Amino acid sequence: MDLSFTPAEEEFRDEARTWLAENVPAEPLASMDTPGGFEEHREWEHILFDARWAVVSWPERFGGREASLVEWLIFEEEYWASGAPGRVSSNGVSLLAPTIFDFGTPEQQDRFLRPMARGDEIWAQGWSEPDAGSDLAGIKTKAQRDGEFFVIDGQKTWCSRGAFADWFFCLVRSDPDSERHAGLSYLLVPVDTQGLEARAIGRLDGEPGFAELFFDCARVHERYLLGGEGEGWAVAMATTGSERGLNLRAPGRFMAAADRLVGLYREIADSRGPDLDRRDQVVGAWMGAQAYRWQTYATEARLRGGSPIGSEASFMKVLWSELDVELHATALRLMGRDGERADSSWMDGYVFALSGPIYAGTNEIQRNIISERVLGLPRR
Amino acid sequence: MDFSFSDDQIMFQEAMRDFLANECPPEVVRAAWENDSGRTNGLWAALVEMGVVGMTAPESAGGLGMDETDLVLLLEEAGRAALPEPLLEHTAVGIPTLAAAGGPVAEAWLERAASGEAILGAGTDQGYAVGAATCDLVFLIGEQVRAVPVDEATLVEHRSVDGSRRLFEVDGEAVVIDTDPALAFDRAAAAAAAQCVGVAQYLLDATVEYVAQRYQFGKPVGSYQAVKHHLANAALKIEFARPAARHAAWCIAVGDPDRSRDVSLAKALASEAVDLASRTALQCHGAIGYTYEYDLHLWMKRGWALSAAWGDAAWHRNRIAVALGI
Repeated sequence: MDLSFTPAEEEFRDEARTWLAENVPAEPLASMDTPGGFEEHREWEHILFDARWAVVSWPERFGGREASLVEWLIFEEEYWASGAPGRVSSNGVSLLAPTIFDFGTPEQQDRFLRPMARGDEIWAQGWSEPDAGSDLAGIKTKAQRDGEFFVIDGQKTWCSRGAFADWFFCLVRSDPDSERHAGLSYLLVPVDTQGLEARAIGRLDGEPGFAELFFDCARVHERYLLGGEGEGWAVAMATTGSERGLNLRAPGRFMAAADRLVGLYREIADSRGPDLDRRDQVVGAWMGAQAYRWQTYATEARLRGGSPIGSEASFMKVLWSELDVELHATALRLMGRDGERADSSWMDGYVFALSGPIYAGTNEIQRNIISERVLGLPRR
Repeated sequence: MDFSFSDDQIMFQEAMRDFLANECPPEVVRAAWENDSGRTNGLWAALVEMGVVGMTAPESAGGLGMDETDLVLLLEEAGRAALPEPLLEHTAVGIPTLAAAGGPVAEAWLERAASGEAILGAGTDQGYAVGAATCDLVFLIGEQVRAVPVDEATLVEHRSVDGSRRLFEVDGEAVVIDTDPALAFDRAAAAAAAQCVGVAQYLLDATVEYVAQRYQFGKPVGSYQAVKHHLANAALKIEFARPAARHAAWCIAVGDPDRSRDVSLAKALASEAVDLASRTALQCHGAIGYTYEYDLHLWMKRGWALSAAWGDAAWHRNRIAVALGI
């Protein structure tokens, strides 16, 4: 055990910090869930990619640095500490790319990974349906074989960034007689497919961050099938995390937010005097971020020892999503009468954080996974 | 950055776990509640034999020259078994404090402590020293670290809710030890954190086992989501307290500049984890868990005691705030 960083890791950290200090936009970008803000964030992804910071842990030929998982975690710590913009490409990079690495053909890897990493093609997830949210195996959207094509009919919803995305990764029912987990396929669908319409839905903050997708005889070529036909469930579930990034949200994001919260408390206590109850809530948020950090480095060591990522992903998801809500709620309470103002980054962050316990598998589903798969409690 | 333990460290942990599973079952813990000393009959000698008791002493003094990262896994196991022996006071605090201080006190005591012949106790100036009556030398930690030989001291005994923990006020002729009192305190707090994690893990495991075989309405109670989510919440607290406790041990071993802050992180998280695990274990056991005959309370009460000892969660959260400059 050595919980200090090696000279090479420190050098990597310095390089990232220096580049970020010189390149992070001075002014915050507009919300990525507005048409203009989306394009500003796409531009930022180009800048990151061209300096090889977009996907540090990926192979070089796809634009990465072949960084270790520890280096990826270091990069995330530096990235969020620098105040850099949110990552508009993260759903593709975090949720789809691991699946392409594991199940994609060489042609698919060559076709999709670089444009995804550069933000040239931004991806949105098409899994949930109006009647299939937590119960994902209940999806009904059909994809009937017609020669080399799949013909898709049905509806997807809650597609984050779906109003502006270039591609969708969808889970569809390719065997019309199948039920539940069988007969599903994982299809990649370009936005300009005839018979596909994406309609924006106003999110809690009023921005068109979501979309619902309507498929009416939308034809998708079989070269866009990821993994085996009918094996979509296994493909979708095999890579909820991977060696190229443990999680959609690395600890660095919350460490940086907790540090900002500590700064906010200091500022407010300087002008209004100390408030020990609120100070303790600030400490609680800081502790949550640190606890997540050490648990993540411990998990990294376990993965390096050859264990697959499994249930840790559920522990992490519950921790960071609930921490994010508490952290932002604490900030709003600290702000007193200004807490309700709509023009603060803390309010934006709070509204966004509230989606965390819902998306990527609700925290109720995560707790079921922890109790059934980690603790071994009976399913029924 | 490498958060993996060596094969030797894992083997030592497994040996300790197997040893305690065989030699420290609940009957042994219960016997320590009833007897005069609050300790077991013979386990100290066996732990000396295994090398555990003197492991933190230098090899020149007859120890194994190991550090806190070796010890932390064994402390988790001691907590898991609710072992009523003074590993925290003797091995985690006393020996390293003596070894670092050197001088005549170390000269007089270190080898005898490494061999387990002399037993070292520890407590705070304002608090109690657990099991002082069975110790030979007690360290009282406050503004200074003072060493009090027990045979010349006045002891006032109080009962703990954990029947194996005999609490003593210690008063007597003291020698001031040349050491940083904050370091001595942090050693104790970090060791208590590791034990809290072990106690919490036992409470969770025992409860999972119970709810899987207890049937109501024709189904195991562990199949109900309300029960599952209670247990998932306890598992979450433990999952995130354990790495922090191990990290705190490393901070002590290497003399990390943020040691005190990060020991407080560990102890606050571990206290909160064992508190929730105790409440959850009792609630999910129902009435049987509320009985004196059933063994669960041996761990619950150890958990209550360790959660509060060497700074409770609130005390450590305050220390973190101070370290963060707020």
